[in-house]
Amino acid sequence: MRRVAVTGLGVVSAIGRGVAEFWDSLAHGRSGITPIEQIDISALKFRHGAEVKDFSWGDERERALYDRFALMAGAAAQEALYEAGLPRDRTAVVTGSCLGGNHFEDQSFRELYGEQRTRFNPLTIPRIMENAPASLITMKWGFQGPSYTVASACSSSNHAIGQAFWMVRGGVVDAAVCGGSDATFSLGILRAWEAMRVVSPDTCRPFCTGRPGMILGEGAGMLVLEDWDRAIARGATIYGEICGFGMSADAHHITQPSGVGAVQAMRAALADGRVAAEAVGYINAHGTGTTANDPVECQAIQQVFGARQPAISSTKSMHGHTLGAAGAIEAVATVLALRHGLLPPTANFTTQDPECPGDIVAHAARTASVEFALSNSFAFGGLNAVLLLRTAR
Amino acid sequence: MSPALSPIPLTDDELVARIIAVIAATTHKPTEAFQPDSSFEALGIDSLDGIQILFALEQEFDISIPDEQAKQIRAVPDVVAGVRQLLAAKGV
Repeated sequence: MRRVAVTGLGVVSAIGRGVAEFWDSLAHGRSGITPIEQIDISALKFRHGAEVKDFSWGDERERALYDRFALMAGAAAQEALYEAGLPRDRTAVVTGSCLGGNHFEDQSFRELYGEQRTRFNPLTIPRIMENAPASLITMKWGFQGPSYTVASACSSSNHAIGQAFWMVRGGVVDAAVCGGSDATFSLGILRAWEAMRVVSPDTCRPFCTGRPGMILGEGAGMLVLEDWDRAIARGATIYGEICGFGMSADAHHITQPSGVGAVQAMRAALADGRVAAEAVGYINAHGTGTTANDPVECQAIQQVFGARQPAISSTKSMHGHTLGAAGAIEAVATVLALRHGLLPPTANFTTQDPECPGDIVAHAARTASVEFALSNSFAFGGLNAVLLLRTAR
Repeated sequence: MSPALSPIPLTDDELVARIIAVIAATTHKPTEAFQPDSSFEALGIDSLDGIQILFALEQEFDISIPDEQAKQIRAVPDVVAGVRQLLAAKGV
């Protein structure tokens, strides 16, 4: 089987437009959680989010054709594809999204029901469809390989990256652009999250006693995956390697994680990469900061790794929970952590909840030479997806 | 739609009956399954049922239950006390 190199990275997030700024924030434990400014939220119970301020991308035609989540994906893909050189007919594009073009959907439906508008913009369907980012990337860069979009809530982009990884490893394609995006801050979506009573009124404190809940974020992450030998042959920069992918379903509850599925997905990723648990030195946790997720995830990690516990952090404490973009943004963070030998911290940390056991990297980044890392995504609906990443060597 | 709330103060029994009716309807259980002192755990009510019950109570009584208060609710008496307090705050 082929090895799969990561030869491009792109990110749009509250803590950085672009990989350099994103990494600088992660390395310094800098949080992007601020009062929400994009829309009027005066009627909401929560006030804070991890927004991408002053985002703009694309030419006039693209900005008319695509909703915010697709434009964010385009921006991240452009950065990831900076080094170009991919074979058009042998490159796949796989994206993930949880919410699709909800900004335009929200606006259109408000006009329909609130203002009795009788005519819709003819671009409504292409703007709101979840696969708009994948289509944008194929058209802008001319990629003609297998291309599609995965929707599995907060696991969407880990599922997308995993599928792309398997296609490159198995020789279906020679390269892939993969990741995900979501633009979370429309009033309808925020109202829906408010009703779930899981959003924090101030900030996000994963694994802490009395943690107040999650903070919603938005953004995009994109990775270029490539057959290792091809990347070497063309002299591409190799940022890291993806070497395993594991999936599972809890088959338990629509919102409560069981832990059984998390254990199974982490073990499946290790088995897929033929890597022993002891070799893993870092886990970028799903770590939402909710009452339900964190103890279940930490206890699942204990079960998989036994006496030799890897370091754990939740970068959601800085870039927020970006839903369908979470896996991709966190995969970029994990590749960078391995590359720099520096594990990003869990920001906003107070005291560790005894229900969340483990070696939590808190407050400040930790220097550590780690070869293998996991990046966890555990979605509502019990759909789990875990990536196994390796430092480039 | 729930009927407009009567301006006449509810007796404790009426309040308990209405709350149990709301919880029973939300959890698809017969009202006989509930007692005024039933705990949610004993009734097999999980967190997702919990937020649906809160939503239904807010609709029924036209109140807004803060998240912090919601976290303290573990049993029917907690609900009754909380709803009573919120109704009192709006002068019912």
